[in-house]
Amino acid sequence: MTEVTVAGPPSAIAGKRIGSDLQAQRLRSAWIFLTPTFLVLAMVAGWPLVRTIYFSFTNASLTNLSAAEFVGLQNYLSWVTLKSGRTIYRGLLADPAWWNAVWNTLRFTVISVSIETALGLIVALVLNARFPGRGLVRAAILIPWAIPTIISAKMWAWMLNDQFGILNDILLGLGLISQKIAWTASPETAMIAVLIVDVWKTTPFMALLILAGLQMVPGDIYEATKIDGVHPVKVFWRITLPLIRPALMVAVIFRMLDALRIFDLIYVLTPNNTQTKTMSVLARENLFDFDKFAYGAAASTMLFLIIAAITVLYMWFGRVNLEGER
Amino acid sequence: MKPFVRTLIFCAAIAGAANPAAAAEISMAANSTGKNLSFLREQIAKFEKDTGHKVNLVTMPPSSSEQFSQYRLWLAAGNKDVDVYQTDVIWAPQLADQFVDLTEATEDVAGAHFPSIIQSQTVNGKLVALPFYTDAPALYYRKDLLDKYGKKPPETWDELAATAKEIQDKERAAGNPDIWGFVFQGNAYEGLTCNALEWIKSSGGGQIVEPDGTISVNNEKAAAALERVKGWIGTISPNGVLAYQEEESRGVWQTGNAVFMRNWPYAYALGNGDDSAVKGKFEVKPLPTATDGDQPSSTLGGWNLAVSKYSDEQEASIAFVKFLGSPEVQKARAIELSNLPTIAALYDDKEVAAAQPFMPNWKPIFQDAVPRPSAVAKVKYNEVSSKFWSAVHNTLSGNGTAAENLELLEVDLTELQGNGW
Repeated sequence: MTEVTVAGPPSAIAGKRIGSDLQAQRLRSAWIFLTPTFLVLAMVAGWPLVRTIYFSFTNASLTNLSAAEFVGLQNYLSWVTLKSGRTIYRGLLADPAWWNAVWNTLRFTVISVSIETALGLIVALVLNARFPGRGLVRAAILIPWAIPTIISAKMWAWMLNDQFGILNDILLGLGLISQKIAWTASPETAMIAVLIVDVWKTTPFMALLILAGLQMVPGDIYEATKIDGVHPVKVFWRITLPLIRPALMVAVIFRMLDALRIFDLIYVLTPNNTQTKTMSVLARENLFDFDKFAYGAAASTMLFLIIAAITVLYMWFGRVNLEGER
Repeated sequence: MKPFVRTLIFCAAIAGAANPAAAAEISMAANSTGKNLSFLREQIAKFEKDTGHKVNLVTMPPSSSEQFSQYRLWLAAGNKDVDVYQTDVIWAPQLADQFVDLTEATEDVAGAHFPSIIQSQTVNGKLVALPFYTDAPALYYRKDLLDKYGKKPPETWDELAATAKEIQDKERAAGNPDIWGFVFQGNAYEGLTCNALEWIKSSGGGQIVEPDGTISVNNEKAAAALERVKGWIGTISPNGVLAYQEEESRGVWQTGNAVFMRNWPYAYALGNGDDSAVKGKFEVKPLPTATDGDQPSSTLGGWNLAVSKYSDEQEASIAFVKFLGSPEVQKARAIELSNLPTIAALYDDKEVAAAQPFMPNWKPIFQDAVPRPSAVAKVKYNEVSSKFWSAVHNTLSGNGTAAENLELLEVDLTELQGNGW
């Protein structure tokens, strides 16, 4: 590396060369500073990912990982044609439990992210207004987000308990329900319970990101609309929303990625419920509970691919530019 | 560099001198059901005093399924941090390769334990774990309430349902709106497999997978047993029972809000604790059957102690396991926690009988207890159990009829079985 710098250019074109030299030097230092990050990323994210993908093509068992043999795509899809002429499909892509988990995850993601975006937007608009004690409220609203998910899930599990849970107690007291609801037990309410807790927990995060976007909107635009006498609702749709759209899109991406790989909340609240089993929960179950490590690895790989595909599609359709240029 | 190395050697020498060669530091992973942990802490203090070893307790959640996946992960990674594991009775065939063979080390004491329990922990001639205590669930009933309404403890499931309904309705009319007839473990987890196996077996519907490997679960008696239980949900059992594990049902029971409860013996001592609303008001009896002629069936539970083969302190760990499995500790456990000993002689012990009057009657019950099909399904057992409890949970929560779900289960299990268990 040093040799390149020492081998100086002829003096005639020195001026131009100095400029490109500087650029090359900058590029080099950028790479030097980035290398440790890439190394760490490769170790903690890249290597496990490659291993997981590798195991998904083997017949690995958790008891003896080193004895894994290559089996091709068998964990994903394989078929045998019986003598009767009937073809039987096996593997992840033919497994109804997997597609149920995919459906659960997508349903959860769409519903939770929509509600969180709407609520987050409202909260952000309120917090953007000037009122006494605003700093305190802004800090207080972050509390649900600050509590570790495992703890808030356990806390909600007790609050949602059918016999001595506070939620049923309040609803009964208000006369909204006549019978105690078994929130996490019955198939109709299990997903609702999970959604309630997730919305409670992550709305502050959405609000925070949207609030940051709101604060970028210059105040003089609003002053101008006031002078022109534009209706506040029209101001919101025509001015505020288009201007915070980039921030909103990024916030939605973050939430969506999180929601698609949701695990901890469901694992604590409704661990084995068919109605709430997501892709991550199913992958873990196969990896560790059952003797199907390779199958679980295949589920994890599919989860990775699905999330990647959805993210790319979203960014393409939404024309989100993460590099900050429009 | 040199002074640093010298300091290092010096430090090591000091550390070596301070630690007598024999003292070892070991760690034990144990679940936090009931008072298990505080009991273990007491016993560990004794063990540390006697031997000079140090024992750390690694606290695990109460759910057996959750412990299992964590242990499996640790063992697969060759984890040296945990030396002793408290293992469920069904795990031996699945984890046999990862534990030390205790046959030789426990030659002198193994004979005192019930042979059937030693047998359940022996895989291919290797004693995987030493029995710690055994478990066979009981029907808990509120003697005060049964007496109040002139009822006898039920012998059949239908009798139980009728009695539960009557007392529940009358108690509610008398101003006790929170009372329920019967609580059990209906969450979709290993505990539901235990509960449902009892309902089916006591109705003559087999034991899911028979010891010879036949998948027997899809039959009319089994379907009828599940439909019967389905009728309880929302009538004599709260809807929430489908999310209950042991501790949740004990919560309803111990606050005085249930007439009957199906639970393991550990709830007996806790129910008679000073903070219990049902202290002195309840008794236990064997679980009911479908008709008078059927055999009462209790799922065989129980916990054992195994030593990891990755442990660096195997000798001290084995000594600790033998200490916990000894008659003295098992006796203390029976008296304090009402857990059933695995040593036959303790059932004739006067102090045990005085502290836990129900216990001497329990000896025949768990000797005839139904084992879950873990020995026959081997490494596939967890999947068998998961498919079974899902089918049962679906039935109970109204997602398909028992006949439909059991038929589907049979197909799934046959596919899982493949060329053989």
